[in-house]
Amino acid sequence: MKRTILLLFLLLAAMPARAQDAFLAALPGLGGGFGAQVEAVGQLGTLGDPRALPILTALSEGRLLRLADGTLLIRDGTRLLNAATGAPVDVAEADTQRVTINNRVRGALRGALGQLQIISPNSAERLAAADAIFRARSAENVPLLDAALARESVPEVRDRIALALAASRLVATNPADKLAGITALGETASPQARSILLEARAANPEVATQIDAAVAAIDQRLAIRRAAETLFQGLSLGSVLLLAALGLAVTFGVMGVINMAHGEFVMLGAYTTVMVQDFARDIPWLQPWSLPIAVPAAFLVTAAIGAAMERGLIRHLYGRPLETLLLTFGVGMMIQQAVRLIFGAQNREVISPPWMQGTLMLPFDIPVTANRLWILCFSLVIFGLILAAIRMTRFGLEMRAVTQRRPIAAAMGIRTGRVDALTFAFGSGIAGIAGVALSQIDNVSPNLGTGYIIDSFLVVVFGGVGSLAGTLIAAFGLGVINKMLEPWAGAVLAKVFVLVAVMAFIQRRPRGLFPQKGRAAEA
Amino acid sequence: MSATTLDTPAPSRIRLGLRAVMGVVVVVLATFPLLNMLPQDSVFHVSDFLVSVSGKWICYAILALSLDLAWGYAGILSLGHGAFFALGGYAMGMHLMRLIGPRGVYGHPVLPDFMVFLGYQQLPWYWLGFDHFAFAMLMVLLVPGMLALVLGWLCFRSRITGVYLSIITQAMTYALMLAFFRNDMGFGGNNGFTDFKELLGMPLNTGAARASLFYASLVSLVGCYLFCLWMTGTKYGRVLTAIRDAENRVRFLGYDTTSHKLFAFVASAMMAGLAGALYVPQVGIINPGEFSPGNSIEAVIWVAVGGRGTLVGAVIGAFSVNGLKTWLTSAAPDLWLFVLGGLFVAVTLFLPKGLVGLLKGRAK
Amino acid sequence: MTETRKITRRAALAGLSTALATPAFRPSFAQAAPIKIGVLHSLSGTMAISETALRDTVLMMVEHQNSKGGLLGRRLEAVVVDPASNWPLFAEKARELLQVHKVDVTFGCWTSVSRKSVLPVFEELNGMLFYPVQYEGEEESRNIFYTGAAPNQQAIPAVEYLMGPDGGEAKRIALLGTDYVYPRTTNRILRGYLNSKGITDADIMEEYTPFGHSDWQGIVARVKRFAGEGKKTAIVSTINGDANVPFYRELGNQGIKAEDIPCVAFSVGEEELAGIDARPLVGHLAAWNYFMSVQSPANTEFKNLWQAYIKNPRRVTNDPMEATYTGFNMWAQAVAKANTTAVDAVRTAVIGEKFAAPSGYTEEMLPNHHLSKPVMIGEIQADGQFNIVYKTPAVVPAENWSQFIPENANRRRG
Repeated sequence: MKRTILLLFLLLAAMPARAQDAFLAALPGLGGGFGAQVEAVGQLGTLGDPRALPILTALSEGRLLRLADGTLLIRDGTRLLNAATGAPVDVAEADTQRVTINNRVRGALRGALGQLQIISPNSAERLAAADAIFRARSAENVPLLDAALARESVPEVRDRIALALAASRLVATNPADKLAGITALGETASPQARSILLEARAANPEVATQIDAAVAAIDQRLAIRRAAETLFQGLSLGSVLLLAALGLAVTFGVMGVINMAHGEFVMLGAYTTVMVQDFARDIPWLQPWSLPIAVPAAFLVTAAIGAAMERGLIRHLYGRPLETLLLTFGVGMMIQQAVRLIFGAQNREVISPPWMQGTLMLPFDIPVTANRLWILCFSLVIFGLILAAIRMTRFGLEMRAVTQRRPIAAAMGIRTGRVDALTFAFGSGIAGIAGVALSQIDNVSPNLGTGYIIDSFLVVVFGGVGSLAGTLIAAFGLGVINKMLEPWAGAVLAKVFVLVAVMAFIQRRPRGLFPQKGRAAEA
Repeated sequence: MSATTLDTPAPSRIRLGLRAVMGVVVVVLATFPLLNMLPQDSVFHVSDFLVSVSGKWICYAILALSLDLAWGYAGILSLGHGAFFALGGYAMGMHLMRLIGPRGVYGHPVLPDFMVFLGYQQLPWYWLGFDHFAFAMLMVLLVPGMLALVLGWLCFRSRITGVYLSIITQAMTYALMLAFFRNDMGFGGNNGFTDFKELLGMPLNTGAARASLFYASLVSLVGCYLFCLWMTGTKYGRVLTAIRDAENRVRFLGYDTTSHKLFAFVASAMMAGLAGALYVPQVGIINPGEFSPGNSIEAVIWVAVGGRGTLVGAVIGAFSVNGLKTWLTSAAPDLWLFVLGGLFVAVTLFLPKGLVGLLKGRAK
Repeated sequence: MTETRKITRRAALAGLSTALATPAFRPSFAQAAPIKIGVLHSLSGTMAISETALRDTVLMMVEHQNSKGGLLGRRLEAVVVDPASNWPLFAEKARELLQVHKVDVTFGCWTSVSRKSVLPVFEELNGMLFYPVQYEGEEESRNIFYTGAAPNQQAIPAVEYLMGPDGGEAKRIALLGTDYVYPRTTNRILRGYLNSKGITDADIMEEYTPFGHSDWQGIVARVKRFAGEGKKTAIVSTINGDANVPFYRELGNQGIKAEDIPCVAFSVGEEELAGIDARPLVGHLAAWNYFMSVQSPANTEFKNLWQAYIKNPRRVTNDPMEATYTGFNMWAQAVAKANTTAVDAVRTAVIGEKFAAPSGYTEEMLPNHHLSKPVMIGEIQADGQFNIVYKTPAVVPAENWSQFIPENANRRRG
């Protein structure tokens, strides 16, 4: 008995020393070739030494440096720290070389970081760790995860750890573990779980039937989800069309000006976003707000240009709608080339704020990308605001009066010229706002607008010129139909079909979905 | 669209004047290939480049003429005339591709190169017959004509006019562009057709072939001009102009406006197709870019710059805008879009009747 | 009245004839001193986004060469034209450069179709064109020198890497491309190659999109589904130009990580990444023959020259720019060697010409008018640069006629 206790004591005393040796022994491998790196990362992950965490994090973030003699350093802000001891080192960064990694190392790092972080006190880190282990699954993680699961109190993290555990069990040798893993994975609606199951199928013929059943169950859930996904994709495309078309619905739909420079206003809105962002770059507290600030800024910039264009050029052409087409085409050419000469022909970088990155999970596990969800909501808000502006404000009233019967409106004391300018500025400003949103999903280049102009006109015409509600329904309708056709017709043909369908539809109802009624329609 | 402010038929002296301008343009052009044969240092020598580029402008002039017939006389502002032009070009291109025969890089006796490396086993059915010149020429006229017939019938019957019609025609050319970009269509996708060898037994890269094509284009231009002149001068032409100015009133008078417009539209599309067919062997390439809506709008601009509803105006517009473009894209590669854009703005604002209007306005 | 009309008519005619007779249309007689360099890159329209940088590269080289005393004691003069991303206009401008401006050599074109459009013109008028962009091969012209990669110098090594241990041993490949000839041909070659490596058609997904495609939601979701079949999947992208930004944004937002589904691209370089926030894309790959991050004295010289010329220390260099630079230098060497700028003499002289390129390798002009080049694979880093994870030990000679296209077996040897 005594001897056993003694032995146990000795063992416990020896362990830290051995672990320390292993930690230090594994470390230099991180600065070696990709193969050596993978090995070292794996060792450090299994050792579970918390000191490895900052080093591996630095490696994955490209902050691990190497001196000529092989010593590893971590760049922490402006300081350089010795990776092994954590002590600051006095070396010029020019004398160091960055340790580079490739995807294989990155994969190993993810697994190792997961192993180290699963005991983190921060629940978000534990969640990320569980996901990382899920992807980097290995049988040796089973005890680690079992322990983590027992400790875990946050339900969401628990679920993820359970999933990671299931995935790790699947690659275990123990048949009972395997079956438990299969059952757990089969209860999800995750394509990754499906992929893992299928991967395991070939290696485990003895559980093939269970795997097939689990995959079938996942497939069923995925089919429903896929339909929801397609619907969302369609709505998202619709929101982009809506944003692009709304300004046109005002300038073309309400005023009858065929503004071929509309796409250029959208582009100017996107460039305003870039400029606001560049301006905010040096002011830290302003930085997160650059996108919200860009919305009014883009509105003002494009509205001002629109007003100038209306007063200077377009007002001379009222009553000759087709001629406005030629004039605005010329103006569009000039705006595009001016932007190209001022900002360069290259794409400009727009940084997405963190809340517009990544994927969000809606109820029923429907994944939606954050930027598109925001843009969808944004387009609806803008639509509501425009509707309110037209229906409820004095300006909206005057605008409707002027477009319906100009002479009578003038007789009532409305300054029609001012209303014209304001209406065109309003429509142009909305185009600018659309540019802010589009800068989050498309290129910011001088050609940005060209891609949207035809679709915008089609949406307005399809919905019925002069009807904002028609524009809304046309945009979402075309978006959803396009996305439903896409999987089996391909992206190009789907678009061709939609165009032909719209052309055919206009034959049946030449004034669109929601034709304007009354005398205004005759103009 | 409300009634336009265009003049009633111009005083005959002016009309004769316009015809004289057209005559001068044609005669000057006709001398180009001849002057090209003069020695290089002669003052009257016309360079090879000017001959080849003006051959191309003549095709544009035919396109502008066809558009003027539809827009200036029948009031149909087509923003898709480039599609008819391109279809004519494609029909000619298919003929030229078939004539390459086994001279392609892969040496296949029948299949064009692009079909060989896309793995086609045999010629698609719609390529059959294009090895015959007469059949190809027929298609040059028929394909654009049929498309115009179908589209026009559907639109005019539903009384789609003005802006709506313009947007529909624009959507048509856009849809065709997307469709032709697809490699699966069997029209060579984005690369389209290039590397033509010969036409009617004539190798295309010789001066003689260029001169022949130049004269063929010029004769076509004159032919189309005379046809338009004749057509707009007849009673039919007067009704057409009346439809342009007040369609409802003409219909109430008992005229079948649909068939009147349809005839003009189809004739116009066929002319555009012919222009495209003459264009392709001269520039040596046809690709879906020709369908791009911007090209069609540009053609409208030529007509507007020259002066719509005058025929000669369309021709002058096509020559002057394209001449300017050719010159400026070399002389001011960074700034030419400003000049051209500014020109369009200035013309719409200050010269609503185009360059020809300048002439007419002074005459009054 | 009559008098005014006459004047107007005369004025109109005079206007027309001056328009036709402006100097640009007549051959210039001042053929004396300068060597003329034609620059045939789109400065407006859809391709301006890529091609303006190449125009600037040629202008930089002309200036640089002049500062070294020109060539053969003559000054170099660039003739810049704008073919406006319009393919027939490319042919017209090529003709103008050769016939009107009588240029000695031309640097130009980006897209395959623009090259196809000018090829007959260069052959007819015996001009000389240096084409600096990677392309699908299947072409050879005595008047064109191809300084970009042929498929065997880019596509195949990249896929080899993906299937190797460092690339993740991909067993399933999604081929995504823009619907035009370069992706079509490249993917056909890759399919042939993959089949020869035992990857069946069931494990290959091929999808094409139109130019400037901006809505990638559906396709990226389908790739995710395709990857969910239990085999390591990789994406091979031949997506062109503008469509890349929305594609990568979607990739990042849908959470496709390079460790799970790496995406290797053949048309995405430093210039394209300058327009994207690269952080979500770290680890995705590109295959080129040059990266700005190459460490070599020649590259340092190239980068310094460029950033000094463009007066912007943050402007990046990329592969087609390096190909332009290399092509220009090879041409200059050949002119010096032939002691003339005559096309036929330079054509003979340039074959076998060697140049220590910024890629860090000595590249050679081969008799098939293509270069021998190294192949490099880079991983995208957060700063928009590439971390080179693989390079061939030596240069790879270009095979413009791919062995994976069966029809090349009975091709007419030109």
